[in-house]
Amino acid sequence: MLAKRVIPCMDVKDGRVVKGVNFVNLRDAGDPIELASRYDEQKADEVIFLDITATSDDRATTIDLASRASAELHLPYCVGGGFRSVEDIRTMIAAGADKVSINSAAVANPELITQAARAFGTQAILCAIDAKAVPGNPNKWEVYVAGGRKATGIDAVAWAREAQARGAGEILLTSMDRDGSRDGFDCALTRAVARAVDIPVIASGGVGKLEHFAEGILEGEADAVLAASVFHFGELTIRQVKEHMRSCGIEVRL
Amino acid sequence: MIVVVDYHKGNLLSVERGLVAAGASVQVSDDPAVIAQADALVLPGVGAFADAAQTMLQLGQTSVIRSLVEQGVPFLGICLGMHLMFEEGIEGAPETDTEQSSNNAQGLAILPGVVGKLPHTDMSGTTYKIPHVGWNTVQPYADASQFSSPLFHGIDPGEYFYFTHSYCAPDGPFAIGQTTHARPFISAVQYKDHAFGVQFHPEKSSDAGALLLKNFVHLAQTL
Repeated sequence: MLAKRVIPCMDVKDGRVVKGVNFVNLRDAGDPIELASRYDEQKADEVIFLDITATSDDRATTIDLASRASAELHLPYCVGGGFRSVEDIRTMIAAGADKVSINSAAVANPELITQAARAFGTQAILCAIDAKAVPGNPNKWEVYVAGGRKATGIDAVAWAREAQARGAGEILLTSMDRDGSRDGFDCALTRAVARAVDIPVIASGGVGKLEHFAEGILEGEADAVLAASVFHFGELTIRQVKEHMRSCGIEVRL
Repeated sequence: MIVVVDYHKGNLLSVERGLVAAGASVQVSDDPAVIAQADALVLPGVGAFADAAQTMLQLGQTSVIRSLVEQGVPFLGICLGMHLMFEEGIEGAPETDTEQSSNNAQGLAILPGVVGKLPHTDMSGTTYKIPHVGWNTVQPYADASQFSSPLFHGIDPGEYFYFTHSYCAPDGPFAIGQTTHARPFISAVQYKDHAFGVQFHPEKSSDAGALLLKNFVHLAQTL
């Protein structure tokens, strides 16, 4: 049976992991490849590098990162941030990335998903969605872009459906209300999107403790669960998380 | 020299590096003349069947690969590369096409049959997510207790490998491994004693994947 995935996510700026890394026994806590190799050894199912600056100067650094990752990692990895054209994506895939995630650029130009899926295959294209609850409307979430700074008025569930129709192979769904809160995933949001699409959904935003991962799968109905700081700070290991998930009856690769 | 066949559809770095780590000397090439000199071939997997089949034909690769495999040159197809071992594929064909249609794209026809869509419901009607993405287990075909193919030498039944696909190979006596997502499907195939195909990505499948590539490199060096 297909195992549910546990995915550490690294925010990368100027070629360094940011958002806090406090990992024991790392020679260089800020190096994304060294950190990812550690997660590889711990049997993470894949890793995601999010380029959070993605300015043109930074781009070369991120391409270099993708190339180093393909040399040193033995698991699939995704690179996100700053893709505006099929050519941008082509460069990253040629550098070795298995998948790319597209967020703001896809909202601005949904045709980018269609073109990218046609060029590189559905399996290579993740549509990342940052969603925030609409006040006073418990089952509505709005899509935000530009790193969560700009509201779009677009319904998150409808956008996930469109992304699928255009050829996205997975949805990376982040709850902005929960991101950084350590209160757990927004399971209502995750479930609403997971039930609306036929493609896998990765739950993101809000993990603070062990139990949250299983909740994302069992209550949120996600296919994969993503976290950053609980792993980077060494609070939880991938193995601990997977053992707990297995104790809840979830299929994992240990 | 193992030649990794480049049909211009994406990154071959991981496959190349995986084979080098397994002890092979490797060349990536799209040139039929280079391919013709190969001691062994690896056909990696990205993109859609129809598109890849057409590019391979245009580049003059199809007939060269076909005749090398007939001559007994060791071959490994990965993901789409495994699909291309079959006669036909529906992926990328017009939407009105069916598995019975003669409009399907033509593969290498090393193995018989049509590559079709992965079923997304199980026997009870429960729906499964497609693409099938992530780590799933590979079992010996037809509930055998151990893998008999040398490609899986030293690999236990039920080992996890990384998959990402929406289409799957037909069933047949060439099957050596199977995996379940909604329903059981064929995840590894063998033709004679020298040509293999795997639905998963050994180059992305941690230690078990590295061992499988090592087994192939060993076969390529000894056959």
